[in-house]
Amino acid sequence: MRPDSRLLLFLSLAGVLLVSACATPRGTGDLGIVIERAAGSVQVVETTTRTRLARVSGLGDLSHASVVYSRDARYAYVFGRDGGLTKVDMLRRRIEKRIVQAGNAVGGAISQDGRLIAVSNYDPGGVKIFTADTLELVADIPAGSGDSARRSKIVGLVDAPDRRFVFSLFDAGEIWVADMRTPRQPRLQKFSNIGKLPYDGTVTPDGRYYIAGLFGEDGLALLDLWQPDKGVRRVLDGYGRGQEPLPVFKMPHMDYWAQSGGLAYVPAVGRHEVLMIDQKNWTETARIAVAGQPVFVIARPDGRQVWVNFAPPDNDTVQVIDTLTLKVIRTLKPGKAVLHMEFTPRGENVWLSVRDENRVDVYDTETLERVTSLLADKPSGIFFTARAQRIGQ
Amino acid sequence: MRTRTPMTGIMLAALMSLGPGMAHAEVPETRQAELMHLLTQDCGSCHGLKRRGGLGPALTPEALTGKPAVMLREVILHGLPGTAMPPWKNFMSTQEADWMVQMLLEGRTDAP
Ligand code: HEC
Repeated sequence: MRPDSRLLLFLSLAGVLLVSACATPRGTGDLGIVIERAAGSVQVVETTTRTRLARVSGLGDLSHASVVYSRDARYAYVFGRDGGLTKVDMLRRRIEKRIVQAGNAVGGAISQDGRLIAVSNYDPGGVKIFTADTLELVADIPAGSGDSARRSKIVGLVDAPDRRFVFSLFDAGEIWVADMRTPRQPRLQKFSNIGKLPYDGTVTPDGRYYIAGLFGEDGLALLDLWQPDKGVRRVLDGYGRGQEPLPVFKMPHMDYWAQSGGLAYVPAVGRHEVLMIDQKNWTETARIAVAGQPVFVIARPDGRQVWVNFAPPDNDTVQVIDTLTLKVIRTLKPGKAVLHMEFTPRGENVWLSVRDENRVDVYDTETLERVTSLLADKPSGIFFTARAQRIGQ
Repeated sequence: MRTRTPMTGIMLAALMSLGPGMAHAEVPETRQAELMHLLTQDCGSCHGLKRRGGLGPALTPEALTGKPAVMLREVILHGLPGTAMPPWKNFMSTQEADWMVQMLLEGRTDAP
């Protein structure tokens, strides 16, 4: 045996020992990721004893980054602003693979069968589809608006049952459904004139309805994915009642459909209100005045509470709505720039990222008191692995 | 509602009231740090942390080449009605907006 091969053998043995030392078998059901937007790193966290397990660096520009999980909840796919798509191993706590697939990206989704990753891009506008295991390009869907060649920015990309991805064209005001039964040749169904400037979209937890929020006019665009041929219809039309909208200093989001007792809760745009929609007939049933322009409106998994955070200058505030009385029951001031909120899988805790305080705060949702805080470098999005089992993400 | 209103009037007025000496807007240092934070974080939510664009266009020196500073300042203060660009006049003075434009045009990301 040559000396260098002996060294190699030693090194690989040491490697095996090292790997097995940190790879004590464990599940991933209580894991999650906290985005550190400026540092280009993510933290792997654990929600049972609320600790940070590791930091993984080298993910590029993570402003507006989001995450979806493989169905075994082992891998996180992190979508970065710079077009980066990074596959992170939650157990080995390292980057498995990273590609830069566009100049400017915004988010993505994983297919129903877990085999495809779709990324929505701003520049060049469109959707790219990759294999989930190796991140190889499968299909490219440029989003030219209507007949014109101008590319549109893509928002609100979700997966839907029957191997579909659904997304909205911000500039063109369209909703497209991509049928992925033949992955290399997506079949597109396009709906035009759905409304001005759709800013985000989401799907109901049963995967039936796709809803796009509109920035350019008061209302939402609704598509029944069980009967797409019936077309897109407008709901909550003119909820602003002709009043001049207030300025919006940060775009609201429609992360995961917030519902409770048959009612859905959505942010109003340009009004300091949360709108409530009866999901049987898609009409507005009530609206609740809140502290500012809502950004995220999210329901505790059992639907008992709805938590709301806000655009600047009210981004130091979080409000909790009781879904029985439809009243704001608590106004919290966690600190400057609360960017995101995520419930633990069954909702006993909610984690808040407080960017300017370099902290992630964990609240007990029953007492509404802070339980603990974790240090993080300018944290933004928080994503727990429970998302792996949800339609739409 | 939300229709684009013509900005030309405001901009012309602004142009006329302004001499060439706006290059060195005077803003106290502590305030500069706050403004830079606003520029990176809050403007960044639409224009990207690195100003390379997002829902809003890129604000890098290259992207802004040839655009008059006064026009940019007016866009920042009054927004672009009918688009997602909001008015920031309640967050900063005219002088502070001038300083911000200067930072954009010079591609500076460091607060002194
Ligand atoms: C909610 C999203 C949003 C935020 C936040 C935002 N902008 Fe904008 N901005 C836009 C959009 C969208 C446009 C392009 C509007 C159009 O012309 O269609 C724009 C355009 C501009 C322009 C004109 C660029 C050009 O090439 O003419 C400037 C300058 C600008 N923004 C600066 C800022 C600054 C500085 C801030 C922070 C103080 C800011 N923006 C915050 C969305 C935003």
